[in-house]
Amino acid sequence: MDKYINAPISKEVAADLRSGDTVYISGTIYSARDAAHLRMSNALKNGEELPFDIVGNVIYYMGPSPSREGRPIGSAGPTTAGRMDKYTPQLLDLGLRGMIGKGKRTQDVYEAIKRNGAVYFAAIGGAGALLSKAIKKSEVIAYDDLGTEAIRKLEVENFPVIVVIDSEGNNLYETAIEEFKMD
Amino acid sequence: MRTVKSDIIIETVKEMCIEANHFLSQDVKDALDNAKNTEKSSIGKDILTKLEENLKIAGEDMIPVCQDTGMAVFFVEIGQDVHVEGNLTDAINEGVRRGYVDGFLRKSVVKDPLIRENTKDNTPAVIHYNIVEGDKIKLTIAPKGFGSENMSKVFMLKPADGIEGVKKAIISAAKDAGPNACPPMVVGVGVGGTFEKCAIMAKQALTRPIGVHSDIEYVAELEEEMFTEINKLGIGPGGLGGSTTALAVNINTYPTHIAGLPVAVNICCHVYRHCVREI
Repeated sequence: MDKYINAPISKEVAADLRSGDTVYISGTIYSARDAAHLRMSNALKNGEELPFDIVGNVIYYMGPSPSREGRPIGSAGPTTAGRMDKYTPQLLDLGLRGMIGKGKRTQDVYEAIKRNGAVYFAAIGGAGALLSKAIKKSEVIAYDDLGTEAIRKLEVENFPVIVVIDSEGNNLYETAIEEFKMD
Repeated sequence: MRTVKSDIIIETVKEMCIEANHFLSQDVKDALDNAKNTEKSSIGKDILTKLEENLKIAGEDMIPVCQDTGMAVFFVEIGQDVHVEGNLTDAINEGVRRGYVDGFLRKSVVKDPLIRENTKDNTPAVIHYNIVEGDKIKLTIAPKGFGSENMSKVFMLKPADGIEGVKKAIISAAKDAGPNACPPMVVGVGVGGTFEKCAIMAKQALTRPIGVHSDIEYVAELEEEMFTEINKLGIGPGGLGGSTTALAVNINTYPTHIAGLPVAVNICCHVYRHCVREI
């Protein structure tokens, strides 16, 4: 089913999304990948604040290529989410509502998604040029020295994703493969 | 002895980095188009359509096909009758530096694997040299993204495992790669040699155009069989289910030791980038 939602995402909207839905996200999301997650994790260990209010927000696992003049961002597709799994349950327990990436998650992340009524979305991997068109504004808000791995605040318009793991724990990566498997 | 100036190498490498990251070769486009027509899943068909759209935007607007513009991997064949003025490795790295900086490509390389500070110009490249006959230099670039690189594997099989063992290794690597490797994938396989030789062969197999098969008859048949079997896994485009999981399986072989059967499986995503120039 096609759904149009705004980010940040309310708990009610998240609860309404189902594994397999195509969702178009508009509003504000934040990019963060490996190095930014390590820094956020260290900040929390040291009792410091995160660089943005995580409650209800969506993290896009993405490190863009540099933008050419006049464009908000370069190529901007998802990176493999599993590398962030070590840090993710803590962020979900703090109120992170959505994640956009690609690839499998660990059992710990899966449980934390269900526990917190969150959603894991997949964007199309390797479609960074196409996806960049749905990003209207990009601003580095933390860890500038990390280059492509800095945290960016992104304004998106109808950013296309597919729900992989919904708040009830349905997992499209498992169900869809069963459907098309040939023995 | 023919002399080649390093400036020519630098300029050529720069152009190759930019070209490979914005334009895929016709064999890849044809394979995606063919997959779009045969894909059984509607989400899968839609993803394949969007991948074609992505390629169009990349070329027209000069936006890299994928934001992971890779670590620059080169296979360099140097004729034994050619002399390079200056340092060849330095020239290749300078070309990579200029290509990635001037070409708005992502800098994805860290200086030390554990300290992890970005080199900010995507150098150094990974370069495999091979000395051949003649007075030419043949450069092949394959910028390698790490979503799929991370899903690659080496298996040190026993001779008794035989061809069935090799098949199992290939299938299990593709299955484990699943959605992480941005399917539909191209599977590069190296069989034989030593631990490092099979890995390099698997990488080099990923520079072979889709549709070009091994010269060895039984290996070409194995490529076909593995292609069919991987596509039965159901992983599909984006790992979201479907009949298109692989675009090709390319296998290279080499003599090996009486005690061993090394197999390396190097996975590449559908952004199957390679570009060749001869100087």
